[in-house]
Amino acid sequence: MAETYIGAPIKRREDVRFITGTGTYVDDIKLPHMVHAAILRSPHAHARIRDIDTSRAEALPGVVSVFTLKDIGELDATVPIRMYKIPGLDKYLQPSLARDEVRYVGEPVAVAVAESRYLAEDALDAIDVDYEVLQEVMDVREAMEDKVLVHEHNGTNLAGVHHVSIGDADKAFAEADYTRREEFRVHRFTGNPMETRGIVAHFDRGKGELRVYGATKLPHLNRQTIAAFLQLPEHKCHFEENDVGGGFGIRGELYPEDFLIPFASVRLGLPVKWIEDRREHLLAANHSRQVTCELEIAARKDGTLLAIRAQIYGDMGAYVRTHGGLVPCSTGALLTGPYRIPNYQAKIHCVMTNKTGLGTLRAPGRVESCFYRERMLDMMARDLDLDPVELRRKNLVTPEEIPYEIGFTRPSAHPTILDSGDYASALRQALERFEYDEMKGIRGLQEDGRYHGVGLSYFVKNTGGLEPYEGARMVVGEGGGVSVFLSIAQLGQGHETAMAQICADALGVTMDAISVFHGNTDLSPFGWGTFASRGTVMAGNAVHLTALQLKDKILEAAARHLDVDASGLTLEDGNIVQPGTEAPALPLGELVAHMRESITPEQGVPELEATAYYNSNNITHTYGVHLAHVAVDPETGVLEVLKYLVVEDVGRVVNPLMVRGQTVGAAVQGIGGVVLEELVYGESGQLLTTTFLDYLLPTSTDVPPIDDLVLEEAPSPYNPLGVKGAGEGGIVGTAGALGNAVSNALGIEVKDLPLSPDRVRAWIRARGDG
Amino acid sequence: MSTKSILNLTVNGKAYEKLVEVRMTLADFLRNELDLTGTHLGCEHGVCGACTVIMDGEAVRSCLLLAVQAEGATLETVEGLADGDRLHPLQAAFQDRHALQCGFCTPGFLMTATAFLKENPSPTDAEIREAISGNICRCTGYQPIIEAIGQAAPEAGGKPRE
Ligand code: FES
Ligand code: FES
Repeated sequence: MAETYIGAPIKRREDVRFITGTGTYVDDIKLPHMVHAAILRSPHAHARIRDIDTSRAEALPGVVSVFTLKDIGELDATVPIRMYKIPGLDKYLQPSLARDEVRYVGEPVAVAVAESRYLAEDALDAIDVDYEVLQEVMDVREAMEDKVLVHEHNGTNLAGVHHVSIGDADKAFAEADYTRREEFRVHRFTGNPMETRGIVAHFDRGKGELRVYGATKLPHLNRQTIAAFLQLPEHKCHFEENDVGGGFGIRGELYPEDFLIPFASVRLGLPVKWIEDRREHLLAANHSRQVTCELEIAARKDGTLLAIRAQIYGDMGAYVRTHGGLVPCSTGALLTGPYRIPNYQAKIHCVMTNKTGLGTLRAPGRVESCFYRERMLDMMARDLDLDPVELRRKNLVTPEEIPYEIGFTRPSAHPTILDSGDYASALRQALERFEYDEMKGIRGLQEDGRYHGVGLSYFVKNTGGLEPYEGARMVVGEGGGVSVFLSIAQLGQGHETAMAQICADALGVTMDAISVFHGNTDLSPFGWGTFASRGTVMAGNAVHLTALQLKDKILEAAARHLDVDASGLTLEDGNIVQPGTEAPALPLGELVAHMRESITPEQGVPELEATAYYNSNNITHTYGVHLAHVAVDPETGVLEVLKYLVVEDVGRVVNPLMVRGQTVGAAVQGIGGVVLEELVYGESGQLLTTTFLDYLLPTSTDVPPIDDLVLEEAPSPYNPLGVKGAGEGGIVGTAGALGNAVSNALGIEVKDLPLSPDRVRAWIRARGDG
Repeated sequence: MSTKSILNLTVNGKAYEKLVEVRMTLADFLRNELDLTGTHLGCEHGVCGACTVIMDGEAVRSCLLLAVQAEGATLETVEGLADGDRLHPLQAAFQDRHALQCGFCTPGFLMTATAFLKENPSPTDAEIREAISGNICRCTGYQPIIEAIGQAAPEAGGKPRE
């Protein structure tokens, strides 16, 4: 095998079932006697529940059961925080069903179970709830005043605060030639995977076992929580993920429904299915972004950056969910980006409002902070009459300074360290590829009657790490087939192919001898999950390490069998060979057959298998540049992205097809989020965007072809494969590049998003010539 | 609420006669009554195109139709595209070009593209972009889908439907 599988554009093996319509998503699961659940949700942003009467609903034909919090009784539990547990946040957790108050439109109040989804939804209409409507608070600024409290008994809407302090920012500001202060806002939007959430829970009373389908992202952790909630032994709960129609941060987190549906199944002893509809998804699944930042920058006249200070406000919604303070804290985590900024101070506020809870969306906080910083740099360049590219180049951390320790930017025991990179090189290549020097002159009103502009942003993005490990188990079977069992889930990325590539190279077998299994809590004792672009870093390295261990075991067994020294053996394309000798190759399959049958020292231990974990608290950082050329129609305010480039160094590419897929997909998702998408709340805290007619997702005619350049100049020194995660680089810089491009085009300073036609029109009008 | 009606239709070349609830959507009928779960539901309100099937030669959104509206119709769903183990050219091109990630939107795109290539067997990229603008994909950014449809066009467009 001259070539390696790693780095080859291998077509995905998982595709076959998806293109033939034979995948198994959670709604495709049908079990005997299965019943269907629907969830009654609060129509009010804030109200007291006086009474719930389910009797009319229960009497309807086909209705199996209707339950409320009373029925959950002493099992009543809250959705726990799993990360970014800033002190104080745990007083704002969400119960499975509203306790005495509802705090956002969409909060679960009761559950109806019926013979079909149609009948269960009919039953919801017959549940009578008596509400006393309370005053809501929807804006972070107002919420900070604590006049209206989302959680009365806590006495404040400021649920938690985190401080970052590196160097001496105040001193740097006092001494600086130049300072500027701006307030930036990123709006509220969300991931919207094409498949909505769904669960099938099946409690088998005879066995006392619970099986939950539709789990993903963090199946082990979710199992642990749900088993404790239901007071079932964890090992009698089996969580299976099936095929998953996209994640993007939102899907696979634990939500109230993850408690309610298994509860219903245990209570009824029947399989219960719940499939979210899109309206529910927009109302009830995590929202994201919506972080506001007061940012100050200090520099020398020549553009040398000295310090930044930030006040960051996260609009957490009504309950703190699984991510704790992650979204606003991550905004603070990489606010300094790829630049040498020795003094950095931030105060991060987690503020409660009567909205849906805040969670992650691809590069949470990082899209926001890149927008703030890169916009500020463009403003500063204008103030100081510097070239914006030169300004950046001057302040980029150099290869000699790397590993570059920024300091403790997160509520974590580990400092943020930029692990490897040649930032100037990525910038140079991006400018060349985009033909920036020719493009940058295109600015302002052009012949087509539109305002044109070019914008650039530079990002760094942490990938991998966050949770300490992932594992893999490998078993060699009949014919030399290798089963790889992963502790990690997949949500559409292509682990089945990528992990087989990594395994094949390390083990010395062909890829088609390998099958990859994932997403079942029985396959491995514990795993964390698929988020923060950690799949390839954590699981990829676990597969690599396991394969190396397994290879040693195979060669030792072969050495005993052949009566030679193991050091003279190696495994190539599934054959054990003795390089430099005439000895015939021993196919792996033959070794397996021999070990299964013969009287040897291995008797009674017929299996060739290995398990290993990749452990690391080190976070890798990808980096790169986004460049956009936009045109704005002054009549309509419509923004067209004419050209878009993403350059990202991912350390090492496992499968270029998939990396490109991630980059292009993420960029389009990012452009959509910045230009089209917004969760809009109207009067009395009603969410107005509850269909895809109001919440606009980018379609094929809204986005340009995305150009991408993937670099491998700086493999991570932190892991044996040298990989960094590739899932988010395509989105991180979108708000920054587009914000800069529109500012450039119109000669204005964009400070808030989205860049929707009505807002762009307003900016043009405010300029006085629209 | 359970008014039922007899429905006769042909799906992927097979004739069915079924008693269905009048209010059942065509998508739910295909998925739940015929177990053809390749047709997916992304929005259930006619915007995302995940539920697209071909009815009497035309791409339609099966979430917006009642099953009873398909009385006497001939339907094609994603399950009918491949010829045994032989993939339809569009299916093969989708795999070649990595035109899917999670795969949830894919059946809708395949059916939209199948109907489109019948009408326009040699489309430009711009025409393809336009043709699929009623289908939403959250993963791919559309570019590889456009490339895949372009790649499959010569083969897929020319082939008359049996
Ligand atoms: S499910 Fe039919 S268009 Fe979205
Ligand atoms: S491949 Fe996931 S939505 Fe299109």
